Amino acid sequence: MKRLATATVAAVMAAAPVMADLVFPSLSYRTGAYAAGGIPFADGYADYMTLLNERDGGIGGVMTRILECETGYNTEKGVECYEATKGEGALVYQPLSTGITYQLIPKATADGIAIHSMGYGRTSAANGKVFSNVFNYPANYWNGASAVVQHILDVNGGDIKGKKIALVYHNSAYGKEPIRTLEELSKKHGFELSLLAVDHPGQEQKSQWLQIRRERPDYVTMWGWGVMNQVAIQEAVNIRFPMENFIGVWWSGSENDVLPSGDDANGYKAVTFHNVGNNFPVFEDVKKHVVDTGKAAGAGDQIGTAIYNRGFYAAMLAAEAVRNAQAIHGVADITPAMMLDGMESLEITEARMAELGMPNFGPSFKVSCENHGGPGTVGVAQWDASSKTWSLISDFKETDMSVIQPLIEADSAAFAAENNIAERCN
Amino acid sequence: MLYRESGDFSETYKADSQTFPIKFDRYRYYAVLIVAFLVIPFVINDYWANAVLVPFLIYAIAAIGLNILTGYCGQVSLGTGGFMAVGAYACYKLMTAFPDVSIVVHVLISGGITAAVVTLFGLPSLRIKGFYLAVATLAAQFFLVWLFNRVAWFYNYSASGQINAPDRTVFGYLVTGPNTEAWAKYLICLIFVTFTGIVARNMTRGALGRKWSAIRDMDIAAEIIGVNPLNAKLSAFAISGFFIGISGALFFSVYLGAAEVGEAFGIQKSFLVLFMIIIGGLGSIFGSFAGAAFMVLLPVFLKNVLVGGLGWDTALAAHLEFVIVGALIIVFLIAEPHGLAQLWRVAKEKLRLWPFPH
Repeated sequence: MKRLATATVAAVMAAAPVMADLVFPSLSYRTGAYAAGGIPFADGYADYMTLLNERDGGIGGVMTRILECETGYNTEKGVECYEATKGEGALVYQPLSTGITYQLIPKATADGIAIHSMGYGRTSAANGKVFSNVFNYPANYWNGASAVVQHILDVNGGDIKGKKIALVYHNSAYGKEPIRTLEELSKKHGFELSLLAVDHPGQEQKSQWLQIRRERPDYVTMWGWGVMNQVAIQEAVNIRFPMENFIGVWWSGSENDVLPSGDDANGYKAVTFHNVGNNFPVFEDVKKHVVDTGKAAGAGDQIGTAIYNRGFYAAMLAAEAVRNAQAIHGVADITPAMMLDGMESLEITEARMAELGMPNFGPSFKVSCENHGGPGTVGVAQWDASSKTWSLISDFKETDMSVIQPLIEADSAAFAAENNIAERCN
Repeated sequence: MLYRESGDFSETYKADSQTFPIKFDRYRYYAVLIVAFLVIPFVINDYWANAVLVPFLIYAIAAIGLNILTGYCGQVSLGTGGFMAVGAYACYKLMTAFPDVSIVVHVLISGGITAAVVTLFGLPSLRIKGFYLAVATLAAQFFLVWLFNRVAWFYNYSASGQINAPDRTVFGYLVTGPNTEAWAKYLICLIFVTFTGIVARNMTRGALGRKWSAIRDMDIAAEIIGVNPLNAKLSAFAISGFFIGISGALFFSVYLGAAEVGEAFGIQKSFLVLFMIIIGGLGSIFGSFAGAAFMVLLPVFLKNVLVGGLGWDTALAAHLEFVIVGALIIVFLIAEPHGLAQLWRVAKEKLRLWPFPH
């Protein structure tokens, strides 16, 4: 018993922080129905931070530390992880789950910690006047929905009156997010929208695809995650739905989703707010400093996959925000409050991305007190089954903010009224 | 030596029929209450409240509720998750519609609404039994989740279908919302647990509980000796629903603060609560607590030991957690099919004779 106690104490001592560091909690999920997406994201996030430590000695001379906590995409475990990590000086949370994000928005705001829900979470958090601690730059679900419609417009020469578009969505807060925007857009452009919900975890979609076969929509768009994506793509293949008319959101656009369908998935499209592929100079550094030294997170086999890149990009934006905060406050070991300032005045330029070895990895943008959502520019990627790669077929383009902005205002105003929040940034 | 009846004389019928007839047991019970009410609130922190004690207390209420229905009355239910969702959504609608009414009242009314809904789904139990009833309650589970997903009125037409608990106070102290102090959260749940525990314990000891047990053991025999199956079964559904509704309301408003029905109140929740009462012990109030503790605390404890203490990889630890919890469930059920409560009972029997067993 005593030996065990001593061993435990020794282990705790070994794991305890030795000196000042920058703490980035990673609420990851390497288990469960959504692990296929959770693993590459967590790996990308951790690898970038390891790269900074190994190559540059941290950010501004302070080492970074990843605190990984397994949530299994489960909100209760998410709460546990948040409570377990928040006391360690956590700078920014990236829950990678819309459900957990909803949970943490009020909690993190009360605790003065930032949340960066990049391309997920509560879309109206883009309104910084109401959501002081939540950021979802560079793009959100509604930008994604608009980009899908925009792409369909482009393909059809700008006229989609009378066309039918079906939305296959995960029946949860995440999947329901784009519905309102798509409804507005359907009024504006005159297309017919049909909604098909798929329940967690999404392995059973026969009836939804039967309905699609019957209704013959011209386009299908998908808000899926985890195992649901590959099932949907396989079902689409089974009913011989033309793949180039099937467009997923960025969470339905990874290698894991299309590979199981083999060559039949060729031509499947997904919108994205960051670049794809492993053809960036920074990945040379990752190989040299992280993979070859055996410090890669997970199995180290995810580099360059779509969701790895997203985790990598999220880490890059977090690190740049830290740099910005260090510059503003002149302190290297920043606090969560300083991190908020750093995120709120973050500016990402093409020159800076090139300097980081990530040219054209994402859009260049600037965050402000009012706008936590970034520019909302979205590109389209297409899957090539023969070379097993994604490639951008359209550059990052503006989305229809004339539709999205009023929706953001309305939803955030409702949240502000429910919770008695006074507008900031005046 | 200490744990025995002898020397403890009851002079009134009331004293004779009290919950804990053995003096040592009684004092232990008071000691637990004193520690729970007067010590823990002063030392509790956010982590202990949000990750350990509040979920334990809330699941204990749900387990007591299900135990009344399944353990005492013998009606198998797989609808607990859906019934908790009724409590949660009723609480949300009440909180937003009547912001000036106390949250305690809302939680109790949510329990009442859930009782009504559960009774409705209990009606088929008069005709169908056993596995068939389990399937009927399973249908209730899926129907209720579908309903709360489908009808936007239940979530006040929010874009994502999420419900969020606004700030509410009891005697001027916040008990819901993000700014709630850990002790307030803990204490409000503890008060509800104590209330439901005492009510359930006394109900199951009284005439109603004996009717339930009679129905459970053999419903035809019970009917012959004069137990009305309609009353007995439906009262078990209603009272069980009341407790489960309270736990659902607290689960959403005090513990999570935001919830979506499919994720928070899915079929896994029904199974989780069912496992709690099976492992804890069917037909035992103590078993409800023991089962809730086992299923809530063990994963958190394992995670802290494996990841926090030994520094293991999180994915490996998560997988191993499943293995260990699963193996322990099997071991417990083989070693003691009647659950942790039976172990406790056996321990008490042994204690009575200690240190001089025959």
